[in-house]
Amino acid sequence: MNSLSGTNKLERWLWPILATSLFLLLWRYSVTWSGTKVFPSPGEVERGLAQLVQSGVLYHDIVDSLRRVAIGYLGALCLGIPLGLLFGWYPSLNRIVNPVVQILRPISPIAWIPVAILFFGVGDDAAIFLVFLGAFFPIVVSCVDSVANVPLIYRRAGINFGLTPPHLLARVVFPAALPQILVGLRIALGIGWLVVVAGEMIAVDSGLGFLIIDSRNSGKRYDLVVGAMLLIGVIGLILDLLFRRLETVKPVRWGFRNES
Amino acid sequence: MSASTRPTSATQGPTRNVRIKLRTENVSMIFQREGKALPVLEDIDLEVGDGEFVCLLGPSGCGKSTLLSAMAGFLTPTGGKIRIDGEIVRGPDPRRIFVFQERGVFPWLTVEGNIGFGLSKLSRSERAKRVSYYLQMVGLEGFEKSYPHELSGGMKQRVEVARALAVNPDVMFLDEPFGALDSITRLIMRGELLRIWQAERKTILFVTHDIDEAVQLADRVVVMSARPGRIQQIVPIDISHPRDISSPRYLELRDGILGQIGLAHRL
Amino acid sequence: MPGPLKTVRGIADLVPHGLIVKYVVASVFRVTWGFFLAVLAAVPLGLAAGWYRRAEMALNPILQILRPISPLAWIPIAILWFGVGDLAAVFLIFVGCFLPLLLAVISAVQGVPAVYINAGRNFGLSPIALMRRILFPAIVPRLMTGLRITLGIAWLVVVAAEMIAVNSGLGFLIVDARNAGNRYDLVVAGMVIIGVVGLLLDNAVHSLERASAFRWGFEEKA
Ligand SMILES: Nc1ncnc2c1ncn2[C@@H]1O[C@H](COP(=O)(O)OP(=O)(O)O)[C@@H](O)[C@H]1O
Ligand SMILES: [Mg+2]
Repeated sequence: MNSLSGTNKLERWLWPILATSLFLLLWRYSVTWSGTKVFPSPGEVERGLAQLVQSGVLYHDIVDSLRRVAIGYLGALCLGIPLGLLFGWYPSLNRIVNPVVQILRPISPIAWIPVAILFFGVGDDAAIFLVFLGAFFPIVVSCVDSVANVPLIYRRAGINFGLTPPHLLARVVFPAALPQILVGLRIALGIGWLVVVAGEMIAVDSGLGFLIIDSRNSGKRYDLVVGAMLLIGVIGLILDLLFRRLETVKPVRWGFRNES
Repeated sequence: MSASTRPTSATQGPTRNVRIKLRTENVSMIFQREGKALPVLEDIDLEVGDGEFVCLLGPSGCGKSTLLSAMAGFLTPTGGKIRIDGEIVRGPDPRRIFVFQERGVFPWLTVEGNIGFGLSKLSRSERAKRVSYYLQMVGLEGFEKSYPHELSGGMKQRVEVARALAVNPDVMFLDEPFGALDSITRLIMRGELLRIWQAERKTILFVTHDIDEAVQLADRVVVMSARPGRIQQIVPIDISHPRDISSPRYLELRDGILGQIGLAHRL
Repeated sequence: MPGPLKTVRGIADLVPHGLIVKYVVASVFRVTWGFFLAVLAAVPLGLAAGWYRRAEMALNPILQILRPISPLAWIPIAILWFGVGDLAAVFLIFVGCFLPLLLAVISAVQGVPAVYINAGRNFGLSPIALMRRILFPAIVPRLMTGLRITLGIAWLVVVAAEMIAVNSGLGFLIVDARNAGNRYDLVVAGMVIIGVVGLLLDNAVHSLERASAFRWGFEEKA
């Protein structure tokens, strides 16, 4: 569906640049007009970030955040995918576990912080645990749903060719569910990135989340607060774009061809 | 054919003197839906000879798919028995392959991968030989590496037929296989199915709701009544292949079935 | 770490003070406001941005960069603008809900089959009527799903926000129980209550989703 067909290349660049410039101008002049001394203008944010880059702090914070996400997310993948496939494969098992999952799911990963600190102390492990929790439930749920959504016709065809249950899972159900599972994994990665920043604001003393809270508490450096936020946005976007490349791999492309 | 060869019975059995491949004995099926019993099949008695081409014809919802699924072992009838080669059917089996409408092609495998799906026990070279043989039989050379979403409906249907043929089953169940195709492709596919059937002599059970399709293809047409489905009549089609679809005999048979179903010849 | 029994006793401890009711009400109150403000802003904007391709193109980079930012990262700004209190928490929930909802509405509008639009045009509908009578009903099923997911996010955010930015609510209960004397039975009790209330909220929207008026969109899938 499209209200304009044939938008040309020029427009594809023109409108975003125009809108972004307008946004920056608006920001700049509302800072000037309101006369705030605390909230930074775009220029101040840029200078603040440059300062951080020169001191080398920024580099370490970024690496710390990325490391925590990577470990926590990989852990969630390794545990969540097999469990999700298992529960999807045995609906009776799922019926037993589901109530627990449904109660645990609406609990903000941040609410686990006291528990995380109790188990792991203040530090890396606590933050990694939070990322793990944030990513784990969406991964399990998406695997269960994806397996349940595999059309009966595929299972029947597989059984008809004499496949045993393990083979049916490996050769029919898993590949059929894979595109939908990937969507879940991508969402879980996004959540992991949201959680690590939030977790770092409370549970550790490094990383981009800590940079935000630290910049505010030690001297109201709001230029650094906003700079760190923008950086978080850009890195999150890059992570998402990288993950999207997986969707073009041949054996799953069939599942994404309707979305451009 | 030795002891198992039996004389042709009046309506239930095959027209030629051949071994009985598949037999349903008083098969009935009652579904439970929202607490109510829904009878779908009643007293289906049918004998299908080895190598015979039988069409099940009937209005939508009369239970054709249900009967076919039961024959293939995906469903267990609530009454009666289904025997293949004298043994009661207890579940699906690679010796009898069910061909769904083209929706049954696996979208995550290439054409090659789909056709070779049931051949994982063979050696690599053996499998490649089989795949290319059936690829050629259904006329898909050059599309080995294509994915199903790059193919037309007719091509996908060919892939599914080739996938079934590749495991060399003795029975094939086809459930409205050409229902989703345009009328020209459908005609071509019918011709190809006949060609393949004459070359391989599988027993074929073919579900359709298209009277012309049934009369063009089948040795016998099993006409079913609306739900609960019963066998209303079995019509032997005594025209040799290739069939002339404007011959008086063809029209006579077709009109006979039309009348049987209760449809007039004028719109 | 408390066992189930201690947790139950922890919940029982909370009941007589009326604290539990007070905190649940405080959290739900913030969620309601933040969520509804986000819906009010995001749905019309999403309809417009989904319909006018140029608007979507223009906004896209900003939206994509803002989306991965944890709503909690807005806490310093929320406190700067609104001070410590309810308003800051409502703002955080608004921030957390607005973007996902906006993106959901945009993609729902863009997913409406062209036949519906053409049929509407064919009957001579004006752009406004087209939006009201075709576009909006066509996206309702997907909108409901988007609302459900967003309400879930709102519930996640309010608890996290209360742990930092205010001094009441279920999130505050958890932090407070830990800081004031390591009462881990109350921490876990708070978490259980959070889970249950979240589940109830989800069920409420879910039954709305299943209400007969919206049924058609979900039956298609089966
Ligand atoms: N698993 C099932 N449970 C309940 N009712 C079913 C089931 N499968 C089919 N039916 C019903 O049985 C009837 C016959 O279905 P089907 O065999 O698919 O008909 P046909 O293939 O002749 O169109 C239909 O009314 C259908 O709704
Ligand atoms: Mg059918």
